[in-house]
Amino acid sequence: MNLTVFEGAFIQGLIYGLMVLGVFLTFRILDFPDLTVDGSITLGAAVAASLIITGIDPVVATLLAPLAGALAGLVTGVLHAKFAIPPLLAGILSMIGLYSINLRVLGRPNLPLLRQPTIYEYLAGAGFTLRSSEFILSAAVALILILLLYYFLNTETGQALRATGDNEIMMRSLGVNTGRMKIMGLALSNGMVALSGAMIAQYQGFADVSMGIGTIVAGLASVIVGEVLLGRSRIMVWLFAVLLGSILYRLIIALVLKLGFQPTDLKLFTAAIVTIALISPFFKDYLKKVKA
Amino acid sequence: MLELHEITKIFNKGSVNEKIALDNISLKVPPGDFITIIGGNGAGKSTLLNCVAGVFPVERGKISLNGEDVTALPDYRRAGDIARIFQDPMMGTAGSMTVEENMALALKRGQKRGLVRGINESRRQFFREKLLLLQLGLENRLGVPVMLLSGGQRQALTLLMTTLVQPRLVLLDEHTASLDPKTALKVLELTRELVEKNKITTLMVTHNMEQALRVGNRTIMMHEGKIILDIKGEQREKMTVAELIDMFRDVSGGQVQSDRMLLT
Ligand SMILES: Nc1ncnc2c1ncn2[C@@H]1O[C@H](COP(=O)(O)OP(=O)(O)O)[C@@H](O)[C@H]1O
Ligand SMILES: [Mg+2]
Repeated sequence: MNLTVFEGAFIQGLIYGLMVLGVFLTFRILDFPDLTVDGSITLGAAVAASLIITGIDPVVATLLAPLAGALAGLVTGVLHAKFAIPPLLAGILSMIGLYSINLRVLGRPNLPLLRQPTIYEYLAGAGFTLRSSEFILSAAVALILILLLYYFLNTETGQALRATGDNEIMMRSLGVNTGRMKIMGLALSNGMVALSGAMIAQYQGFADVSMGIGTIVAGLASVIVGEVLLGRSRIMVWLFAVLLGSILYRLIIALVLKLGFQPTDLKLFTAAIVTIALISPFFKDYLKKVKA
Repeated sequence: MLELHEITKIFNKGSVNEKIALDNISLKVPPGDFITIIGGNGAGKSTLLNCVAGVFPVERGKISLNGEDVTALPDYRRAGDIARIFQDPMMGTAGSMTVEENMALALKRGQKRGLVRGINESRRQFFREKLLLLQLGLENRLGVPVMLLSGGQRQALTLLMTTLVQPRLVLLDEHTASLDPKTALKVLELTRELVEKNKITTLMVTHNMEQALRVGNRTIMMHEGKIILDIKGEQREKMTVAELIDMFRDVSGGQVQSDRMLLT
């Protein structure tokens, strides 16, 4: 069996892991299922790719992508918090709007990065193979992000963010503008998602306007897979569970493809994973009731 | 000092479901007053507290706190002065977060929250000392998620949390009603200790007539969005529970709303 496929899947798992951590922040911490991510991962890819094409340094391009993503999250947050649009609808509006924006940024549906410099080449220049520098860089970014998130979620503001997702009424009675908290969380989350998109574009060598379709479902599947394996007892464990979930999810996908399924079959496969995970609590409740 | 001036609150205004929940209410609450509020279901007690807290905007009237007009301020901007405890023990704490994390959240009530760690050793020590007051053994369970505590423990913790930052006004909405009688009594004792000792102005909704007369220094009765009785001092001291129930029966057109009011 050719192992490079799985090496690639592992690295993808790390890079998409940044997106999954973003999804974790909205879905689990804020209790806000945010569909913006389908658009903001592409936005991150599009911003980075188009900047690199115009000759901007890949590191600068990669760091600008999350700002664009944060802006997208901010829009979703304002739609929800200031205009009382329900979470799913607010996310869909941003996602659809972003499709047009992404196409504008890219200039065409698919923008290849052939023979363009990427962030991964910096380390490769220092004597590493391209493959190992892809691995080192993506692992390092994921690790740093986890540590930053861990620190943040334990600050006064981070605790208020977590409590906003848990008990909004209480937090308002404690003087927290919960609308603003959600806007901040959505901006942070989509910033991370866009960073993931920027790094994926450089990894795969192109940005595509439809590359984001199904991102939210892949993100949720990864979160759930990780939680099933490592649990969510403590925040640090939970964060690593989510990253591990992302890696496993990509490995499973690679395996499914190896088994001869078409890439287009994957969406159904992923939707099935998430569906099973989402309905299992209902079964648990049902069983409890039956027993009682 | 809390002052309500001709407050009117209407739900679903202009629809067939229009409901005047507060009808031109005026009330002056001098500093240190501990007012108990009674009234039948739907009398407007919770709505009154919600309007004071800023959860609902009012249709008409003016609310001022310590001389400042707060009528237009949203709830989270009044929270620095006002602390609240709800009937449902789940509402006052974040279940997924630990005892110490919940206390850290309350320690910053109404203040700016920064990017420093919410919990450090000195804060933890402070929380431990405070928890000792409850005598529930929570001082040894700082790292336990609050959802693992009983309703009574959660309500006691909520009560303690409201006093970490001294509020000017405490709003209690039947905060012992969903607890078993023994725990309810304990939480009530704690309430008196924490609130009366610090002379914090308090509005407490209760369905217990005896409690209404025994706790605090003033009692008001609400009916259909109006304050129909306001007693204090000698008049209140002389009032018996039976008289209060009679009075209640009179104003509510002969019907006693529920048996539980008769229970002590
Ligand atoms: N959010 C709301 N929307 C519509 N009607 C409400 C709302 N809250 C309370 N009411 C109505 O206002 C009236 C007063 O309710 P409430 O203040 O909860 O009474 P109490 O606490 O005295 O039992 C009731 O008729 C109730 O149905
Ligand atoms: Mg009520």
